[in-house]
Amino acid sequence: MYLYDTTYLRPGSIDEAKALYDAGESPAFLSGGHTLLPAMKGHLARHDRLIDIRRIPELQGIAEDESYLTIGAATRHCDVAAAPVVRNCIPALAGMVGTIGDVQVRHVGTIGGSLANNDPAADYPSAALALDAIFRTDQRTLTAEEYFQGLYTTALEPGELLVSVSFRKPEHAGYAKFRNPASRYALAAAFVAVHADGVRVAITGAGNDGVYRWHEAESALGHKFESESLDPLRADMENMSSDMHANAEYRAELVKFCTQKAVTNQNCITLL
Amino acid sequence: MTLVNLTVNGQERECDVPDGTLLVHLLRDHLGMTGTHVGCDTSQCGACTVILNGEAVKSCTILAASVGNAELQTVEGLAEGDSLHDVQTAFRTHHGLQCGFCTPGMIMAAVNMIDRHKGQLDETLVRHDLEGNLCRCTGYHNIVKAILSAAETYRARHQAAMAQG
Repeated sequence: MYLYDTTYLRPGSIDEAKALYDAGESPAFLSGGHTLLPAMKGHLARHDRLIDIRRIPELQGIAEDESYLTIGAATRHCDVAAAPVVRNCIPALAGMVGTIGDVQVRHVGTIGGSLANNDPAADYPSAALALDAIFRTDQRTLTAEEYFQGLYTTALEPGELLVSVSFRKPEHAGYAKFRNPASRYALAAAFVAVHADGVRVAITGAGNDGVYRWHEAESALGHKFESESLDPLRADMENMSSDMHANAEYRAELVKFCTQKAVTNQNCITLL
Repeated sequence: MTLVNLTVNGQERECDVPDGTLLVHLLRDHLGMTGTHVGCDTSQCGACTVILNGEAVKSCTILAASVGNAELQTVEGLAEGDSLHDVQTAFRTHHGLQCGFCTPGMIMAAVNMIDRHKGQLDETLVRHDLEGNLCRCTGYHNIVKAILSAAETYRARHQAAMAQG
């Protein structure tokens, strides 16, 4: 398939990117493009200009301070997965990123692209929510709770550029994912992070409104951090998506199963 | 239009293409290099895999205009004359293909996989790293065998090269 006509632009600064965006009729920022370009190829999206943000310096790099691990929005999955600082600091995050898509996708796809798209079955949103991430845009700072606003929806306004994401360092964390055997996307996955001030459990793949925190599980695990603490719980059926791949009841089971596995296997990932 | 300068299989190429041109179409439509296939067109099947600056990528999901001055390796660049690349030989020996449609992508993914891991592969790693390539004929077993065999050849060649200093 071929794209509708478009103009490709490659700014070197945030200001330049914004100016190019403002001058377009139906512009889009382009990062790895592994969601945007397939949508454009399928003629599901049409943009008169694509503004490639991958050369902007502020969107690059990985840095660590006492409390946070900060990743530039244009950092590719393969670079995050392989970075010693990520592997040492939050091994479950590095491991999780190493399971996004496939090798070829990880060579191109970026953290900012994934989080701006907020696919309900994507991996990164669960890490961002469980790791209490701070989203920096060219205009403001948002918490993960403020940022995620449902299926494919975020707090980003048109033309607002995601610059970096800072993950709060946990004491330890784990990620468990049950993949659709065909698409390899999560049918359900749980990111469980233990912070000094409590446990955060974020679920992706299963919620009918995208990524969400499973508060009951957080309370139970805060009382005692072991998988048995979740035995009496059941994921809220009202909240489960249901489709040809898995009905709500099955997804609710998977949510609990993944969460338990993530609790048991901390500091690593579990593929189910 | 964007003027794209690329090194393709060691040769410098220049192409003036519409901005929306995908890398795979630059290769196939503009350079006449049809070894790289378009399979699913949804970024899943990997038939379009090429090696861009040393990394396997899906050329159906990359804008040609975004890869100016890159070094590109395609399946056409592997053999030297009549002498096949070790990975091509291994696919033939182990019957790693049937209809052959996925094969250019499989081979480029395999070449890059062996390079990235310096030949240190086992079956689990091969299967994990091959997730981006779909084959609807072979059931993968012979493809995995071929890649493991080519990795062994790679290690032997490197050991021999090291021994020679």
